[in-house]
Amino acid sequence: MSFAANKYDACIAGIYEHPLRVAPNHTVAQLHAEVARGALQDAGLTLDDVDGYFCAGDAPGMGPVSMADYLGLKKLTYLDSTDTGGSSYLTHVNHAARAIAAGQCKVALITLAGRPKSEGSSGTQVRSQWASAPDFAFEKPYSPAPLNTYAMCAMRHMYEFGTTSEQLAWIKVAASHHAQHNPNAALKDVLTVEDVLNSPMIADPLHRADCCVVTDSGGALVVVHPDIAKTLKKPVVTMMGAGETTKGQMGGKVDLTYSGLAWAAPLAFKEAKLTPEQIRYASIYDSFTITVLIQLEDLGFCKKGEGGKFVEGGQLISGKGKLAFNTDGGGLCNNHPANRGGMTKVIEAVRQLRGEAHPAVQVPNLEFALASGIGGALGTRHGASVLIMGRLQ
Amino acid sequence: MSQANQKQPEHRLPSPVANPENKAFLEAAQKDELLIKYCNSCKESHYYPRTICPHCGSDDTTWVKSPGLGEIYSYTVMRRGVEVPFAMAYVKLQEGISMLTHLTNCDFDSIQVGQKVRVVFQETQDGQKTHLFEPI
Ligand SMILES: [Zn+2]
Repeated sequence: MSFAANKYDACIAGIYEHPLRVAPNHTVAQLHAEVARGALQDAGLTLDDVDGYFCAGDAPGMGPVSMADYLGLKKLTYLDSTDTGGSSYLTHVNHAARAIAAGQCKVALITLAGRPKSEGSSGTQVRSQWASAPDFAFEKPYSPAPLNTYAMCAMRHMYEFGTTSEQLAWIKVAASHHAQHNPNAALKDVLTVEDVLNSPMIADPLHRADCCVVTDSGGALVVVHPDIAKTLKKPVVTMMGAGETTKGQMGGKVDLTYSGLAWAAPLAFKEAKLTPEQIRYASIYDSFTITVLIQLEDLGFCKKGEGGKFVEGGQLISGKGKLAFNTDGGGLCNNHPANRGGMTKVIEAVRQLRGEAHPAVQVPNLEFALASGIGGALGTRHGASVLIMGRLQ
Repeated sequence: MSQANQKQPEHRLPSPVANPENKAFLEAAQKDELLIKYCNSCKESHYYPRTICPHCGSDDTTWVKSPGLGEIYSYTVMRRGVEVPFAMAYVKLQEGISMLTHLTNCDFDSIQVGQKVRVVFQETQDGQKTHLFEPI
């Protein structure tokens, strides 16, 4: 079931991003319901139209079993609760599109929501690992967390390729230029490279401003059969290619300089029959600045080791640089709901393809867009997922 | 930023959790010995240790004693959001495998990628021993 055989096998018809960034008086289930309703309204559909439902580890209770009942989904013929952390929602889009192409459902709803801000996670504290993981005994004494394991990736990238803190800072600077136009963004101040470098060192070489925001929020997507998409009012966004994989410590043969996208991205580009040079807008998963830099290389936008040079001088700023990225402000400045940024990556890519991004950051006449996700932690183990989408002309 | 040298109180390490697959590894650590898994089939070491070799799928794997010598592959000093700063690292052993660990007995501001290190053992919060590395 390849998209390249028929690039209109499935379409993204509905998107919704919750406007709140702090939601102390919501339940997580309620946030899921609000984003589900928002995305279905955006598509011009209702809960009664949904026959496929997708959620990940942020969903309360028994995942889709609990949430389908809470939401009132009565006609489900397809369920998926694949959990690869923040990359889950890109993977869900891929799985939903294949299920639609295979005739297993026609309207797939994907939801994400969480409240790490209200529940007190700073995003920098050491988080517990799952006690059943086979590697747990070998890592627990050393308190690995997302932040410090990503920091080791940055340290090694600097050592091997001469990447600098200034270059990493340009990624945050570009995101902040975009976030100033997003009224819902958690951080709206435009930053300079100096601002990033002057923010406190949290885990060498990552400064506070190299990190994403911690937000309560959520988002949802509706993926539909093309026959349905053609009856709806919004511009049609089609799936063109996708790839997904995982990468870990490889039996001890650790290499922190690349992500699983080095394998997954070529699959997606091949299926879409496109090359990185044809992509003018990309939503790149941005838990930390180093996450973006390594992915830019693995996605093929530049050679391995040349990400630092690629991002220097504002090259990721829409309308100014060679590749517009994360024009909503991304996880670095806008929203990283439930510590899982994959959902908002897809949402902004669809806004761009529809021409609905903020006019100050909209890429004109955009035909193709890419969204990428890294879930888990780049420095220990992660899921990697990438989508290439197009606008139906 | 020299707040993180060893004059600060030591970071108190959480304890590893035993299971049938890591029992020998944890028991050796109590005697200041580092064990790694070696595969007789593909002649490669692996880490973390497991019954079936992740490189070739063979169950002909044996424990071998490692001298615990290697170099820093990468590191970070966790300076904020923790009670006591600590230096986390991947150390690449001479046997060619990298281990997640901590660095100790060193000035956190002068750690270098590529620096030579050797294994040491330190008590965890409840008196078990676990491996760390110190510069040579
Ligand atoms: Zn083997």
